[in-house]
Amino acid sequence: MLANYGYKDASGDFFITIDTDKCDGCGDCVPACPAKIFEVLDEDPNDPLRDEPVAIVSGEKKKKLKYECNPCKPSSDRPALPCVSACGAGAISHSW
Amino acid sequence: MAEEKQEFWRWTESNWKNPDINWNDAKFITVGIDVGSVSSQAVAMADGEVLAYGNMRTGSDSPNSARNALKFALEAIGDMPEDRMDYCIGTGYGRVNVPFADRSITEIACHARGANFIYGPEVRTVLDVGGQDIKAIQCDQKGKVTNFLMNDKCAAGTGRGMEVFSDLLGVPINEVGDRSFEFQGEEPAAVSSTCVVYAKSEATGLLRKGWTKEEVLAAYCKAMAERIYSLVERVGVKAEFAVTGGMAKNRGVMDRVMPLVGLDRMKTEWDTQIAGAAGAALFGFALCKKGKGRKK
Repeated sequence: MLANYGYKDASGDFFITIDTDKCDGCGDCVPACPAKIFEVLDEDPNDPLRDEPVAIVSGEKKKKLKYECNPCKPSSDRPALPCVSACGAGAISHSW
Repeated sequence: MAEEKQEFWRWTESNWKNPDINWNDAKFITVGIDVGSVSSQAVAMADGEVLAYGNMRTGSDSPNSARNALKFALEAIGDMPEDRMDYCIGTGYGRVNVPFADRSITEIACHARGANFIYGPEVRTVLDVGGQDIKAIQCDQKGKVTNFLMNDKCAAGTGRGMEVFSDLLGVPINEVGDRSFEFQGEEPAAVSSTCVVYAKSEATGLLRKGWTKEEVLAAYCKAMAERIYSLVERVGVKAEFAVTGGMAKNRGVMDRVMPLVGLDRMKTEWDTQIAGAAGAALFGFALCKKGKGRKK
């Protein structure tokens, strides 16, 4: 399942997509993110009949992604995003 | 002199009982309670078939709204005691505030499951336009979510915005759909912002300029349709396409969304607002069947 966390407002689209078929709930993204936007749950809230751990973007953070992610996204010489690099399974992607 | 103000935004609350099912014969009675930001629904199912439902407005207090919705559904059944309920699942915006629920499940999962039930297994894309958020969901033939997006940060293009507009223009909410097509000549361009606050002031300006109510409604419905479609587009469109939530009853917006989508939307006899609660009740039934029901 592609879980798109985030929002669209007048200034653009701000979504982080977690591919739950790739995510194994290892939790490497949790300490990698300086803004601490990820958390790992024992059960996928959007797929209640599957009992596997999975990473999600936590509650209030998903409504502030433009600002939370901003420090990792300088306008020039942008390094690789820490969350994307930390995810060995390649489950995380950003829309902007 | 103060005139009594008519509540143009108020939509009809309803409850219903399936006359073909006797709750006494059911093995499992499961209940789904969907406490949304604007409306609350309770669906009672007997072994996975809808026994009764109640659909009403959410009050200022989630636990009470949940209880009232359940009471409203039970009223329709008439003689079933509340403790006959085997399992109860809360969903929606206020799901953690359903005091009598055995557990809660997100509205994403419930809406996909519910749309699968009320529209049939051919549904692949579900668009839910609720009171304060828009959900675009892709699901498989079992109603399992494969891709979703929920815009719950901004209420632009949602049911609550439509309520504000019906009140501003003095058009009863159930007439908005038809009235928005009753303009003369060419269809007016969409208002430039769907943000309820900006759109409201833009609409006031248009009325001042001499636009008719119908033209303003057309312009607003069009803007909402464009915004809704831009969210659906991100998730992608696959046939068959189904719409749930209160906005599915508004032709003014939906007849403007569907040409953008390029498909026909599926039809149903069910009340589209019960999708989330129906999904929750079905999850309850699935858990009971697996022996994961309430410990007795």
